[in-house]
Parts: sequence; structure tokens; C-alpha cells
Amino acid sequence: MFGRLTWDAIPFHEPIPLITSLVVLLGVAAIAAWITKIKAWHYLWHEYITSTDHKKIGIMYIVMGLVMLVRGFADAIMMRAQQSLAIGASQGYLPPEHYNQIFSAHGTIMIFFVAMPLVIGFMNFVVPLQLGVRDVAFPTLNNVSFWLAASGALLVNLSLFIGEFSRAGWLGFPPLSEKAFSPGVGVDYYLVALQVSGVGTVLTGVNFVTTILKIRAPGMSYLRMPVFCWTALASNLLIIAAFPVLTVVLAELMLDRYLGFHFFTNDGGGNSMLYMNLIWVWGHPEVYILVLPAFGIYSEVASTFSGKPLFGYRSMVFATLAICIISFMVWLHHFFTMGAGGDINAVFGIASMIIGIPTGVKIYNWLFTMYGGRVRFTVPVHYLIGFMLTFVIGGLTGVLLAIPPVDFVVHNSLFLVAHFHQVIIGGVVFALMAGCTYWFPKAFGFTLHEGLGKAVFWCWFIGFHLAFMPLYVLGFWGATRRMQHIPDATWAPWLNIALVGAAIIGLGIVLTVVQLLYSIKTREQRRDVTGDPWDGRTLEWLTLSPPPHYNFAVLPDVHGEEAYWTRKQTAIKQDQLIDEPDYQPIEMPVNTPTGVIVAFFATVCGFAIIWYIWWLAILGLVGAFAIFVWYAWRDEHEHIIPVEEVRHNARERRRIRMEHLHTLSQSV
Amino acid sequence: MNTGALHVRRLRRVIAVAAASLALAACNRGILDPVGPIAAQEKQILINSTAIMLAIIIPTMIATVAFAWWFRRSNSKATYRPDWEYSGAIEMVVWAIPALTIMLLGGITWIASHDLDPAKPIKSNVPALKVEVVSLDWKWLFIYPDQGIATVNQLVVPAGTPVSFRLTSATVWNSFFVPQMGTMIYTMPRMATELNLRADKTGEFQGLSSHFSGDGFPGMQFEVQSLPADQFAMWAQGARGTGQPLNPQTYAELSKPSSYVKPITYGAVAPGLFDAIVNDKVPQLHLPQAAPPANKNSAVPAGG
Repeated sequence: MFGRLTWDAIPFHEPIPLITSLVVLLGVAAIAAWITKIKAWHYLWHEYITSTDHKKIGIMYIVMGLVMLVRGFADAIMMRAQQSLAIGASQGYLPPEHYNQIFSAHGTIMIFFVAMPLVIGFMNFVVPLQLGVRDVAFPTLNNVSFWLAASGALLVNLSLFIGEFSRAGWLGFPPLSEKAFSPGVGVDYYLVALQVSGVGTVLTGVNFVTTILKIRAPGMSYLRMPVFCWTALASNLLIIAAFPVLTVVLAELMLDRYLGFHFFTNDGGGNSMLYMNLIWVWGHPEVYILVLPAFGIYSEVASTFSGKPLFGYRSMVFATLAICIISFMVWLHHFFTMGAGGDINAVFGIASMIIGIPTGVKIYNWLFTMYGGRVRFTVPVHYLIGFMLTFVIGGLTGVLLAIPPVDFVVHNSLFLVAHFHQVIIGGVVFALMAGCTYWFPKAFGFTLHEGLGKAVFWCWFIGFHLAFMPLYVLGFWGATRRMQHIPDATWAPWLNIALVGAAIIGLGIVLTVVQLLYSIKTREQRRDVTGDPWDGRTLEWLTLSPPPHYNFAVLPDVHGEEAYWTRKQTAIKQDQLIDEPDYQPIEMPVNTPTGVIVAFFATVCGFAIIWYIWWLAILGLVGAFAIFVWYAWRDEHEHIIPVEEVRHNARERRRIRMEHLHTLSQSV
Repeated sequence: MNTGALHVRRLRRVIAVAAASLALAACNRGILDPVGPIAAQEKQILINSTAIMLAIIIPTMIATVAFAWWFRRSNSKATYRPDWEYSGAIEMVVWAIPALTIMLLGGITWIASHDLDPAKPIKSNVPALKVEVVSLDWKWLFIYPDQGIATVNQLVVPAGTPVSFRLTSATVWNSFFVPQMGTMIYTMPRMATELNLRADKTGEFQGLSSHFSGDGFPGMQFEVQSLPADQFAMWAQGARGTGQPLNPQTYAELSKPSSYVKPITYGAVAPGLFDAIVNDKVPQLHLPQAAPPANKNSAVPAGG
């Protein structure tokens, strides 16, 4: 009846997961009770859960990413503590079977359920606004994408309470991840969670490529798009090209595990090298799926807070596309130590280094964006400069790893761990933190507290360097990654410094929560009444904060590269806004519970597949299919926002903008 | 005995102790302390490439801080150029700097990737020692086909003699790595990789698996002893015939999962064992890794 699910799956005898489970369950119950108490379920259901509004979906992605960041960080601090304790004769507090789950979960969560949702969340929130349009190409699909990602995240967290998570690392290399060596449910949790969320990611890719290629404000030609939109386009093209590879390779591993196939097994003609190739054909572009939108955020921040257009816009676009294409031709550098021979290693090594050229150009272009500017040292600029200083070192160590003979001695070592954390934290996380501060007022109508934001930045900046610079040293000393036990007592001082660094990052995460709560409490002091708190240059600052559901009463006419800046300067010069346009009623997509119901059935089906409960798996599939059929036969596609409402809101906005214009022209 | 001599002797003792502790502190410092030509060349490439890149990166970092600070909004001395967004000359320079750097490093990469190809034999007047390496759950088996002996978690090599390794895995992937000797390489089931290394210094070095392989992974450390050539010959001679032979039965026993295994020596090896493992023809027990690894000092039947 319940497949291999028995009471043994609940960790009654293991205090760490048991207590964690109870605390998390209590926390969830407390939040649910609080929502019930303030009677917010109705609001959440209509404004967020079933919303097809790209802004609301973006916010949900970002909230999910930040919540999962706490989970991923808890794993990180447990690993650091274990490595500081388990030295020499001591085995620490985590046995191997637990430690191995933790590092596997840390990697899986941080990439798939922290970095990806945050990046996709920003693309959701920002891209339609910057393109001057009202929504993405497929709004319902967008909601489905989010809920599938949430379903994957839920399954990963469920493994904490019921059963176990994978012990085979975040990429699940076979044959270790095959049934012969990992017979438990851990790898199945990993595979099913990634399959479900992977479908959501591919749908996002399709949605955004279509949006950017087909839906832009009048006059918004390709070479007038903000750089963030260009990086989003490149990132989503990579998603469409790379994620299907992930789906296929994980499906092959599932066939091995569930139906006794022999794609990657040791016997029956299987070949595990094939998995290594395929997973990295996805895995390397994945890095650029994350970092390209991050570069886009830095470009917006650099230009806005320097009070200048981005230096070398075309060069930046070209560099983005160059990275997009070359990133597909370098996957082999993840396994130079397989013994492929001089020619192959050299070609892939040099191809990898070539990515350093457009990336280097980007660094110089941000540098020259600041040159001749009036740089305001806001929180996002702190992250920008912190990134530029950190990322060049990460680039250096990356190029070192791209030289095969150097890789031969630092591959898989803590040097590698330090390198990719340097580019992911220094590159992606810093950008996401900058983006949170930068677009927060647009989403919620008030800015975040500046002082606390700077404190958070310094925690991340100092904490990161303390946590990862020692790992470079240990990498040189021959320390490899994923060690539940440290053989050499002389490594202790460096590991302890790394632990202190991780604790400082933890303090930064706590301060982020404090910053958010304090900012909400004192929001009246920092209201963004104009919709343009940073003196912005792109179209999202044209509308109010938060924007109306339909973003723009009339789609803006775009003249030139910096659509909003040009318009603002003309208005200041002429001391008047553009003539009032003729308002029309607006059609907007209706809300739909399709996404959340499909995701519910996907979670049920996934859980059933993990535990071999076949009747429930079939039930889940049928349920998900039924909801799609129901959705396909819907009668109501859109609702109309009456012209009176549009006109009323638009006139209110014009009044506010007029006032703002007067203050601006007085200050000029 | 005069006091001067006593002083000298005491001084000598102090120096000896200091030198010994320094040597201890400096020993086993991984890839920065190479003991052979491969590791030495790799360290040199590492240092050269880092230096080349730092020559570009340090000025960039300084410029980042300097530009941001000089052009801060409160600095009235800085010229504000709100529309300056393009300069062909600067564009050319910013594309040229990384391009030239990468061309230089690319050249180094091309040459070094071929010179230091793990499969390339090391030129030497002395014929290479053959060692066959098998990674097991979770220990290393070293077979000396020409000497007819085998060891577990202990690799003995003659200093100054190239060692030609063939490597495979009897279970999951691992990576064979002796940081001070250089180049690591994967051991993969049903496949054989090749690696050529040489230790020029005598001494003891640390070896490890550098590719995660399951619950007993941290216990896959092994020691490398580099002996003078004549002592190596004596060691091999002495090992032959002592202790258990490595045949399908003892191999099956050895294959059972265990970790932190103390060194074992086998006095004889069934011929063709390595190839049989590569071709999966050894009658071995296919045990899953589910069992937690044995504790330290695990009781694997000691052969030697």
C-alpha cells in the first residue's frame, strides 16, 4: 500500500534532523496561525498564490529563494563546524552518512532553490517593466513555473523529515548514485525534486525568450533594450538549450534506478563518463544562467548611481552574447583529470579562458561607467564595488583552473571550492543583494534602511573573505573537498578562520531580517512617493511604486537607448509632461489556481515515485492532467480594467510626476 | 671539556631541534612543496600564470577603488560628464588587455597541456617502475606486476625512478592524488587511466582520494614512501613471499567495504588481476555501500 514508506523513515532516533523537523513544523504552523489571525489567507490567495501578475510571481520567487537561503546556510555552518571539530582523533558530531547528506543538500539547494529562484524572480519582476509592457508572454504558464519550482523545493525539504537526502553530492555522479551504491531514497528525492523544478525552469525560459523577442514597448528595438534585458535574454536562451539536457540525463539515471537500465552502471555496458559529460553540458552553462543576469543588475546599478549612461553599451551586449555562446563549448574543463590527452585538454582549457575576455571587458566598462560620474555610495554601489574587487580574484583562480596542468593539482580541492564560491557569492549573491535593495521600493513603495543595508554588506564582504580565502591556502596544501573528517591537525587554524567567516555571513543574514522588519516598521519615513527614488534611467522608474497591476496606463513610446532618462530630461527642459494620451480599457489575464493545483499533484506524484507508492503516483499524474484539461476548457481568459479606472490612476500619477518634475527642475 | 665546546654542542642541538621542527612544519605542504619534476613544473606554471594575471588585476582593483572614490558625488573637484558613454580608444584597450593576456596564457596552456599529459612517459635513463592502482571501498590497492607483490594504502617507490601507473576502480569513481608528486587522475570502473610521475627526493608523502566516493571517503588516505633505489629493491625482495597472496579469495575479502585501513602487504599477486578488474572478470562479492564504514583501525584481515 505505501511502497517502501514505513515509520522507520521518520528520524525518531536521530536528534539533529528530528529537532530541526519539529522546529520547522512549529514555525510553519505558527506562520499559518498568524496568517489566519490577521485574516490574510484571502488576500494571499488572490494577490499572490493564484496571481498571473509577473511582479507578484517575481516577489514569490524571491521570497522562496531567501527562505531557502536560510536552509542552505544552515547546512553550510554545520559543515564548517564539523570540519573544525573532526580533526585528528575526533570524528566530530556528524557521522559520514549525515555529513554527506548535508553537503549534497547544500549544493543542490543553493543552486536550484536559492540562486535560480532569485535570478528568475528578478527577471520576472524587472523585465516586463523595463521593456515597457504589461506582462510576460504566457502569464498562466509563469504561475505554473513558480509553483513547480516550489514543489521541487518542498520535496527537498521533505527529505529532512521523511527518509533521507542524497549522499552523492549536488551533481549525483554515478555509479555512486546508482542503486548498487545508493539503495536508499536519498538519490530519488534528489532526482524527482530536480525533475519537477526543472520543468518549471524550462517553461520560464520559453516564456522569457518569447517575451523579450516578441513583446516590447513601441520603439524599443533590440539595441535600445536595457542591458539587464539583454542578459535575461542570454540567460533564458541558455536555459532553453541546457535544461533539457539536465532533464534527459536525470531521466536516464532514473531509468537505471527504477527500471534496471544500464546507462551509467558498472555492468551491462553502462558508462559513467557519459553522465559526467552530459551533466556538465548543462552544468557549465548553468553558471552563466546565474551570472549573466547578475552582470545585468550591476550594469543597471553602475549606470544609475553614477548618473551616467552605461559605458560601451554595444560592447556590453556583444560581450554578453559572446559569453552566452562560448559557455556551451567549455564543459570538459570540469574533468581534465579524466586523462583525455593533451589536444582535448588544451582546446577546452583555452576555450574556457576565452570567456575571460568578454568578462574582463565588462569589468572595464563598469569601471569607465563610474569614470566621469557622480557616484552615490548607496548599498547597491557597495555591492558593485565589492563585486568588482572580489570577482577579479575569482576570475584569476578560474583561469588558473582552466590551465589543465594547474587543474591537475587543484581539481576537486578546497581551492576549487573557494573559487566557485568566490564567483557565485562575489558575483551572483552580491548582485542579488544589490538588486533587492535597488528594486525593493519599486515592489513595495518604500526603501530599505540604508545603514542596516550597509551593515549587511560588510558582513557578507568580510565574512566571505574570511570563510573562503583560507580554503585557497588549504587547497594548495592538498586538502580535498567533501571531507567528513580532517586528517591533518595543522589545517585547524585555517578551518577555524573559515568557520568564523561563515558565522559573520550568518550575522549578515540575521541583519537582513532585522533590516526588513525595521524597514517595514518605519516605512512611512522612507516612502517612495515619486516612483523614481534613485533618479533612474530605465522604464520601471516611469511608473509608480508599487506599479499598478497593468504597469503602464499607455505603453511608453521609446526614443533612444535610455527610454525613461530621455523622457525625464525632455520633461525637465520643457517643464511639462508629454500630452495626455487617449486612455483605453486594458485587458489583463485573470488569476488562476492552475499552477498551485498542478504543483500540488506534482508534489504528490513525486513523493509517491520516491517511495514506490505507484497507485498514488498515477493519481497524482491524472490529477495534474485533469487540471490542465479543465484549464484548457476555461471560458474566461481576461478581465477588463475599465477606462475610468485607468484614467483616474493615470491622472493621479501625472499629478505626482508634475510635482516631482518641479522639485527636479529646481534642483537642476 | 671546555665551556666553548659545550656551547657549540648545545647550539648544535638547538639548531638541530629548530631545523627538525621547521622541517616538520614545512613537510607535507602539498603542491607548494614538490618532490618531483611533474609537481615542480606544475607549481611553476601556477606561479607564472598567477603573476601574469596579477599584473593586470592589481591595477584594475586599484582603479576600481580610485575611480569610485574620486568620482564620488561629494567631490566637487571631479568633472561630471553626464553624457560620456563611449570612447573608441578605451574600447580598443579594454578588449586588447584581456585578449593579449589570454593569448599569452593560451600559449602556455597549449604547450604545458602536451608536456604534462599524464599519459606521457617521463624521459629517463632508468626504466620506469610499473604500478597498477585499484581504488576499492575505501582503500587503495597497489599492485607491482614486475615484483609480484601488492600493498594496500601504502605506496613504495624508488626515488629518481619514473613510475608508470595504470589505474582503475573496482567500485565507484575516485581520484588518485599525491599532492607533492603532482598530477591527480580519476580511477574509473571498467576503464584504465595512465599516469607518469617521479619522486626525486626520498621521504614520506601523503596520498589521498580527491573524488568523493561515499561514506568511507575521508579514510582513503595513503602514505607514499620514496626510498633510495637499492632500498626499494630490498623492500620488494623482502616483501615477496611474505604474508598472504592476493588471489580472487583474498581480493574478495579485501573488496568488502572498510575505511581507515592500515597498510597491508601481499607477498604474491595472481597474474593479470588488474586487467581482470578492469574487465570485471574477478569473481568478487558485489556488496552495496549501504553499510556504514568500519571505524578507525578497522579489522580488515591483515595480510602482511
